[in-house]
Amino acid sequence: MSEYVLAASDRPLFEWRWVERNADEIVQRLGEHLALTTAALAIGLVVSVALAVLSLRWRWFYAVALGTAGALYVIPSLGAFALLVPFFGLSFTTAVIPLATYTLLILLRNIVTGIQQVPAEVREAAIGMGFTRLRLLLQVELPLALPVVIAGLRVAAVTTIGLVTVTAMLGMGGLGFFIRQGIQTTTPNPTAIIVGIGLSIVLAVLVDALLWLSERALAPWARKAGRA
Amino acid sequence: MNAIDQALDWLGQPNRWSWTDPAGIPYRTLEHLGFSALSLVIAAALAVPPALVLAHHRRGAFLAGSAVNIGRAIPSFGLIILFWYLASRWEFDTSFWPLLFALVALALPPLFTNTYAGVVSVEPEAVDAARGIGHTEGQVMLRIELPLALPVVLAGARVAFLQLVATVAIGAIVNDGGGLGRFIVDGFAQGAGGYGEILAGGLAVIVLALACEGVFALLERFAVPRGLALSRRAGLSTRPV
Repeated sequence: MSEYVLAASDRPLFEWRWVERNADEIVQRLGEHLALTTAALAIGLVVSVALAVLSLRWRWFYAVALGTAGALYVIPSLGAFALLVPFFGLSFTTAVIPLATYTLLILLRNIVTGIQQVPAEVREAAIGMGFTRLRLLLQVELPLALPVVIAGLRVAAVTTIGLVTVTAMLGMGGLGFFIRQGIQTTTPNPTAIIVGIGLSIVLAVLVDALLWLSERALAPWARKAGRA
Repeated sequence: MNAIDQALDWLGQPNRWSWTDPAGIPYRTLEHLGFSALSLVIAAALAVPPALVLAHHRRGAFLAGSAVNIGRAIPSFGLIILFWYLASRWEFDTSFWPLLFALVALALPPLFTNTYAGVVSVEPEAVDAARGIGHTEGQVMLRIELPLALPVVLAGARVAFLQLVATVAIGAIVNDGGGLGRFIVDGFAQGAGGYGEILAGGLAVIVLALACEGVFALLERFAVPRGLALSRRAGLSTRPV
């Protein structure tokens, strides 16, 4: 690796020229990054809602599901990828399974907590009006749990966006591609590294803000109640 | 299941269980743990004292609140590579310092935030009582606030350490040692021929992380001040959220 040292010293830390020249690819990698993030969050959300429904019915199931999600959350990302590569290759599947898995702990906990804090009177009123269990869940409980669910989604989204950069080790593209490219070319390119890190942070902040805004739009009562 | 056979084959090689040979899993495990622990100790030395003082004076609440969010948004993979690049540019020793810097930086936010939250949640009566019996402000911080905040500080250390264990593995991409991640990165470099090494190395990393989680769970149980353990047994929760 020492040959990098000499080559590195004559390159400025940041070159706008590089950014302009690679604008198309930057957009493409951003798209890949968003696709992986969205897929992981969508899968995680669907699985978590299903687990939450079962958890609300049986206490023991919640304990088991939360414990399992907690153990999975502890697994290092590279270890999880390594476990899957021999079976799914260097693929989208290998990348998305651990990413979705990491969202389960926080999403499951927030969905269940959110639904549990729906006031009993509200639930009884809905049942009294003849709501079925499914309608109660979809039209009353989930909407009222929305602020807490979105709070979980925000944490999950920011974490996932950072982790997607690691999937560059699987050749998955995304913004991690630039980070890796920065030291893999014969002349290391600091601009690529900085663009990769910078855009990943910007993306995380933007998605976080977007989710926060959507919470305010979808659940305006939460703001009035001063829960924000 | 060719990959499983390959992994068993890889695990069965004679030097694989050596404590002294870099090809050995025990050797790499110790390296992995050593690097993670060193980073945690340095990060704790940097984060805990300022958090304790700031929380004692109730300053910097915004910083403490947002530190973890900021930390989450910074991609650890990028930080490692950036520091490695900077080290090679400034002709530092690239095999150790860049990774250490990146790891310490990643461990700071949870340690800082939890220490702060833990100290702030200490009951004001306990602090007033300590002052009443003549403790100085320094003594209040070290003898009352820090011990009472310990469960929350340890929870932060646990989060930080698990992130460190995960990130040391990624560090193998630039670090010649790299702990157990060495096997995974080397396996990736071999393509399909390295699937056995990738699989076995991945398993080793996962087992290590789960074991560390278990040890921290025990630590949190036993390192709690006796008075706190009593109040908890009496049903008073000491953990904010």
